[in-house]
Amino acid sequence: MTAYTATSAAGCGVDAFHVALRERRGGLRSNDFGDAPLSCWIGRVDGLEEAAVPGEFAAIDCRNNRLAWRGLQQDGFLGQARAAVARYGADRVALVLGTSTASIAATEEAYCDLDLGGNFQQSYRNFLLHSPHSLAAFVQGVLGTRGPVCTVATACSSSAKVFAQAERLIRLGWADAAVVGGVDTLCGSVLFGFNALQLVSDEPCRPFDITRRGISIGEAAGFALLERADRYQAAPRLLGWGESSDAHHMSSPHPTGLGARLAIGDALQRAGLSAAAIDYVNMHGTATPANDAVEAVVVTETFPESTRASSTKGWTGHTLGAAGIVEAVVCLIALEQGFMPGTLNCIQPDPACGPQLALANIARAPQIVLSSSFGFGGNNAVLVFGCGGRA
Amino acid sequence: MSELVVRVAGVGIYAPGLTSWPLARAVLLGERAFEAADPPRPTPVALPAAERRRAPDSVLYATQAAAEACTMAQAEPAQLACVFSSTQGDIAITDYMCSTLASLPRELSPTKFHNSVHNAAAGYWSIATGCRAPSTALSAWTDSVGAGLLEAALQTVDTGAPVLLAAYDVAATGALRSVVPFDCSFAFALVLAPDAASGTRLVLRAASDTGPNDEPDLDWARDLRARNPCANGLALLQALALGAPQRLRIGAGAHFSLQVEVAP
Repeated sequence: MTAYTATSAAGCGVDAFHVALRERRGGLRSNDFGDAPLSCWIGRVDGLEEAAVPGEFAAIDCRNNRLAWRGLQQDGFLGQARAAVARYGADRVALVLGTSTASIAATEEAYCDLDLGGNFQQSYRNFLLHSPHSLAAFVQGVLGTRGPVCTVATACSSSAKVFAQAERLIRLGWADAAVVGGVDTLCGSVLFGFNALQLVSDEPCRPFDITRRGISIGEAAGFALLERADRYQAAPRLLGWGESSDAHHMSSPHPTGLGARLAIGDALQRAGLSAAAIDYVNMHGTATPANDAVEAVVVTETFPESTRASSTKGWTGHTLGAAGIVEAVVCLIALEQGFMPGTLNCIQPDPACGPQLALANIARAPQIVLSSSFGFGGNNAVLVFGCGGRA
Repeated sequence: MSELVVRVAGVGIYAPGLTSWPLARAVLLGERAFEAADPPRPTPVALPAAERRRAPDSVLYATQAAAEACTMAQAEPAQLACVFSSTQGDIAITDYMCSTLASLPRELSPTKFHNSVHNAAAGYWSIATGCRAPSTALSAWTDSVGAGLLEAALQTVDTGAPVLLAAYDVAATGALRSVVPFDCSFAFALVLAPDAASGTRLVLRAASDTGPNDEPDLDWARDLRARNPCANGLALLQALALGAPQRLRIGAGAHFSLQVEVAP
């Protein structure tokens, strides 16, 4: 991974995110999104309302692509990605992005302003603007890639699964480099949708706390540049990935976390590692009663007591389709900055949690880290990252 | 340039005038006339009756085609990794979500919300078949067929195990009809297998030229293609029906196409 970046309520770019994690400064705020906001907390990125995308992409200007544009400009990522396109050739760089909301906020807006015939106003009549692929189409336009291009939309595992798809493309010779990542934005669909499922907390989310009351929804953009590891010995690396399906329920986790266990096992096997090798686990940890209860048991039973595990959603909120890439970046920050973030807002841990659960930050440098992402439809993805310089 | 070699072990389809692969094959071969009427809502036996009633059309179309392809391949769905690919997902659900949000957002249905995810079809399929293998849901706008084909072939070669591809899109509904030009529903599915020594093989490479993508050589098929981008798959399905060696160019994304050799 030769470049990476994340932008969320916890900060724009890796440095700001790193400081927020170190100083335990979360980015959640009382919901001020929309005209009649629900009583809840959100992770909102400021200033997107005044930050249109470059003029040539005006036809697909929307909050999601604005956040993508903001994210691409952090940490010099845009320049590094364009340099990779120049170095390898546009047709040898793949683009695989995850999203759950994509530009649905623009479709929601169009429905609030239909013409007398019940159709979209002319200003909204752009097919691509109302497609899940709008994000990848925008980023492809900005970067100029001409290799394989794809949107992965598996709800909250989307931008973790992109690593698996991109790694296959590179390993099987279909690309020399890949830009991966994901962007999700606040919109009525997710705020009122999760509210309808009674999964939204009326206070800042408290992952794994015994009295947790649900999620805080956030928005985020994150990207990473993948290249062959043998060329960049010092760069942090993707050691493995695992995927599985729960085969249980559309919006509830499997009661014993069977799918989560399969995905973790698959990722460890691909990395050639045992669970004992994992120093830090960034859990999905959404702070819903059901999800955290299942995941707590899975982590307790899968990893040794020496492994440390936390959820960082208290900093960012649950960024849904962007959660995979945001938490991959948390893992990379942990590897490169030499500490493990704890769990913000968790005061009294659920007794289902084992000694792995870290509340406070831990000033110890992890060498191998694992990130879990679980989505609706029982869709699971797990990533394993390691420090550079490993064989 | 890398190539992927896979065998087509099973085919399924549910679309106007093409409600099964044996029928579609006969129509594509000109043995039977194409009848353009929209078919009834599919009733995929792969889904339990309660789910068939509840599931959105996109799920019914995708799972109907997927089940037919698995049966032909004699593949156990519970064991197959699956790739679901769709331009828009379920447009009727999107229409419901956006209409409700514009009027009574606090009355949004929780079931419709969880059905609104792009991976709803993959989710229903994995739940109904007990499949714990990896599943994914993709879009590459109107090139979703090619993007799904590439991902399914990559997984087949990578894992050395069969992979299910289900490609689908449904007719536009409500106000979205003014921007999404889909006026029929269309689904097809393939089971790809790694043992390419016998049977109909596909050889996938990245297309190096910049020419137009191949159209099916039939008026009615080109008409369907104009009505639903999932019918882009008809050029490949026609080649599979004809069973003669053929080379096709299939769009798999903006500025990116596959060159697919069909070798019976």
